Amino acid sequence: MVRALDRKLLRDLRRIWAQTLAIALVLGCGVMLLVAANATQRTLVQSKQTYYERHAFADIFAPVTRAPVSVLDALATIDGVSRVEGRIAFHAVLDIEGMVEPAVARVVSLPGDPARMLNRPLLRHGRMPDPDAADEVLVNEAFGRAHGLEPGARFDGIIGGQLRALTVAGWALSPEFIYTVGPGELLPDERRSGVLWMNERAAASAQNMDGAVNDITLTLTRDADPRAVKAALDAMLAPYGGTGAHDRTRQISHSFISGELQQLAALATYLPPIFMLVSAFLVNMVLTRLIALERTQIGLMKAVGYTTAEIAAHYLKLAGLIGVVGVVLGGIVGWWLTDGMLFIYQEFFGFPFLIRDSGAGPMALAAVLGLATAILGAARAVWASVRLKPAEAMSPPAPPRFSRGIADRAFAWLAFRQTTMMILRSIIRWPGRAAITLFGVSASVAVLVSSYFMFDALEVMTESVFTQSNRQHLTLTLAQSAPEIAVSDALTLPGVLQAEGGYGVPVRLIHGHRDRLSALQGHFPGATLHRLVDDDSRPVTLPPQGLVLPEMLARDLGASPGDMLAVELMSPPREVLDLPLIAVIAQGLGQEAHIAAPALFEAMRMAPRVTHIHLLADPAQMDALYAEVKRTPALAGLSDWAEVRRQFDATVSENLLTMVAIYTIIGVLIAVGVIYNAARIQLSERSYELASLRVLGFSRAQVGYVLVGEMMLLTMLAIPLGWVVGTWFAEGMTEALSTDTVYIPFAISRRTYAMAAVAVFLAALASVLVVRRRLDRMDLAMALKARE
Amino acid sequence: MTNVPDQTTRPVFRAEGVTRVYRTGAVEVHALRGVDLTLNEGQMVVLLGASGSGKSTLLNILGALDTPTEGRVYFRDRDLTRATDRQLTAFRRDHVGFVFQFYNLVPSLTARENIALVTEIARNPMTPEEALERAGLPHRMDHFPAELSGGEQQRVAIARAIAKRPEVLLCDEPTGALDSKTGVQVLEALAQVNADLGTATVLITHNADIQRIAERVIVLADGRVVRDEVNTERIAPSEVSW
Ligand SMILES: Nc1ncnc2c1ncn2[C@@H]1O[C@H](COP(=O)(O)OP(=O)(O)OP(=O)(O)O)[C@@H](O)[C@H]1O
Ligand SMILES: [Mg+2]
Repeated sequence: MVRALDRKLLRDLRRIWAQTLAIALVLGCGVMLLVAANATQRTLVQSKQTYYERHAFADIFAPVTRAPVSVLDALATIDGVSRVEGRIAFHAVLDIEGMVEPAVARVVSLPGDPARMLNRPLLRHGRMPDPDAADEVLVNEAFGRAHGLEPGARFDGIIGGQLRALTVAGWALSPEFIYTVGPGELLPDERRSGVLWMNERAAASAQNMDGAVNDITLTLTRDADPRAVKAALDAMLAPYGGTGAHDRTRQISHSFISGELQQLAALATYLPPIFMLVSAFLVNMVLTRLIALERTQIGLMKAVGYTTAEIAAHYLKLAGLIGVVGVVLGGIVGWWLTDGMLFIYQEFFGFPFLIRDSGAGPMALAAVLGLATAILGAARAVWASVRLKPAEAMSPPAPPRFSRGIADRAFAWLAFRQTTMMILRSIIRWPGRAAITLFGVSASVAVLVSSYFMFDALEVMTESVFTQSNRQHLTLTLAQSAPEIAVSDALTLPGVLQAEGGYGVPVRLIHGHRDRLSALQGHFPGATLHRLVDDDSRPVTLPPQGLVLPEMLARDLGASPGDMLAVELMSPPREVLDLPLIAVIAQGLGQEAHIAAPALFEAMRMAPRVTHIHLLADPAQMDALYAEVKRTPALAGLSDWAEVRRQFDATVSENLLTMVAIYTIIGVLIAVGVIYNAARIQLSERSYELASLRVLGFSRAQVGYVLVGEMMLLTMLAIPLGWVVGTWFAEGMTEALSTDTVYIPFAISRRTYAMAAVAVFLAALASVLVVRRRLDRMDLAMALKARE
Repeated sequence: MTNVPDQTTRPVFRAEGVTRVYRTGAVEVHALRGVDLTLNEGQMVVLLGASGSGKSTLLNILGALDTPTEGRVYFRDRDLTRATDRQLTAFRRDHVGFVFQFYNLVPSLTARENIALVTEIARNPMTPEEALERAGLPHRMDHFPAELSGGEQQRVAIARAIAKRPEVLLCDEPTGALDSKTGVQVLEALAQVNADLGTATVLITHNADIQRIAERVIVLADGRVVRDEVNTERIAPSEVSW
């Protein structure tokens, strides 16, 4: 049997269902974000971890120019090394049928017994290459699928400077290439960049590497010290042209995935607390009102012998129910959202399997937090009222004291209408509720600002990368550095209008005891195509001497302008240059060091050379140019910037509208929950007053103005506050979302502020108008009679 | 009957020098100024007095809805003025029934459920149906308070008060908001309960005529008992009119 008190609870709940639902939705949003972000993050982490383990993903990577196979045994004796493997790895330009421009592949050698190798590929289709067939290769699944390269299909590639025909044996996935991006590219492009696995012997003969390797990977024992191992490796591999051992954090695929996971974790920690805090305030606001309305009922319950604890429990149950509804709704949507998010991540990552997190952990966490939120919100309201003595509770509360203060004199002087006075008085007399409304609505604005801000950041990055930094059509990456004359040679390629050289070299930057692996880019004077620009899209004029570093890299090194850095060149001539840090720039994408080319070559005491050639070409002759490039063995890669831009825009716009819609919905939900509840309470509290106005002959619109006016006034006050909080919030997010590879610039457009304001304003207006309709339908006789 | 308390029945309430001072800001209101009083089992007492004389205050203190500023109140042998909040709650739950001028029903509960609110926590309750029967309202059990007239609501309130078979029933102007005819019905219900269950009943009223149904009449003025006498000519509630 349902107890009478519980029945009262259910009926109370039915009466204020819209209000409790509004709160439950706000709370549900927090729960949903918490569950979805956490469950997605855990699923991806577990899947990645298991994938890494099953396929023996290496811990340390050490590229060399050429090391004899014999050195591997010596490396195996380093303390902390579990397994060492040497392989032959290089880039190749491929000519794929049906594709005008060349594709670029990372080629990796397959040892004699692939079943035991590190970074073991997972065969997905077809078979492993026949060890005796020199032309057979595995291609990565995405590349094979993109080009329909079924087993048995053939294509051409420039391998070791020779044009060779290759045969597809099968498709594979690898933990090393979950996220693949070609050299010099920003986004993965499965058509234009791929991975090939080739028999060791074939790879060795193509690269002239018999009995030698150029890429060493190894796994560590459980208790190994990675720093010590890297140091030992660097020392032992220096004679063989080691360019510096690095761990997984510098491995492109891994660091990209880690970055994504880090962003998910940030999402899980940043947003849900706002929603929970707002719902706690709302529960408090609604319960305070409900308890005020039921004051005499509380007195009665006490009079007939209910204990304070029983009465408190009664109201806490109501809050608990709001919590349960929020948690259940948020949990269900969160579970479903997790599937959606995993689907999107899978499109990028393509894990061979997903170990779906049960979601029990995140769900339990969300349930505890959600319920605690509702109960804590209620606690204050409940506690204050159940403490009253029964006789006190049953007599009506002392009426609020309206006295004329300074504010009133000011209002009077301003000669406001009486209805406006009612609005202003109400805000001044119930500052607590006005404050909650103000806070809630500004939280809504802040959430929107900090969500839309991501698109601003993206735009800044795109603008800087595409229209300021890279104005060339194509960038050719040379297999080896060439004398500057190569730039003028490039002018003879078909359709080329302008050519510009660039020089990049892998380096280790050392400042005191800190060091970072990076690349040093030499910029030739007068370059107009490829330029160094900062986050404000301003081209940076390089100082005649010394280094320019992006902020984040300088911070990592603990270096500031004026400091001397040791720059260890990781490829020939492999010397250490001492260069001063001259300037630090704000730059998001790309964490590389920059220097004026003349200064670099002067320090290196050699004639200028180039590793990249940037081209401006006649679009009509692109096909001829591509055909020529594919036949040029000296090229390791090619970037088509128009294509990169197209891809980038497609990826972004594909998700943009959905993302804006989702953020807007959850953002304005806060405003809706706050305004709707505040207006309902307002209406309940002042129905006598408002009904009296109607009786005195005020029109519906005039009476409605008192209600709508107060809410909209608070909304207008909350918007600038929300802008400030949102800005501050976005600033925090740039920190949380920036990863080792991507620095999110801090930039908020006026459009973002305007959109957030408009969305919240409209949501607030709609919410208060819904309540106004109740006012219009108010039964005057009832309202006047039911004076509390 | 005499002015002396009946020797064969035992006292339920004993008040000694009860004083209640309300402080609102700097103002002090002496609602009760040393009230001594003994109430016996099964007695039907009417409490009279001008507005502001302290009747409600005294009733609230007897029912442990409020505590005196000074003095002692005993329920049987228990000193209510020294009881903890928990003990007072148990006291109200187990021994006292209240009826108020404005009924104080829970609007979201039906008549039956309003009574169940009490029977669910009482030690030896009657069923809500029986209580309503005794209060003279057996037919409107599933109506909400808003669907009942004032007299009907008051009878639901009486049913709720008597459902726990209390030893005392404290009624603060139970007929104050009712017309003569419905008021009589409510008084009849109270008299019936008093007769059938032997519940000591204290009834506050402004209506001097109603004192004639009581066994004993106590008059308060300015926070003091100014008259306390036994009524030798009791009449039935049906004979009262106003
Ligand atoms: N909560 C309170 N705060 C301050 N003064 C109070 C309070 N309750 C009662 N009083 C004062 O105590 C005095 C006695 O009040 P009480 O309610 O007991 O009178 P009453 O005899 O019941 O009057 P009525 O017949 O009008 O109900 C009055 O002067 C009243 O103003
Ligand atoms: Mg009174």
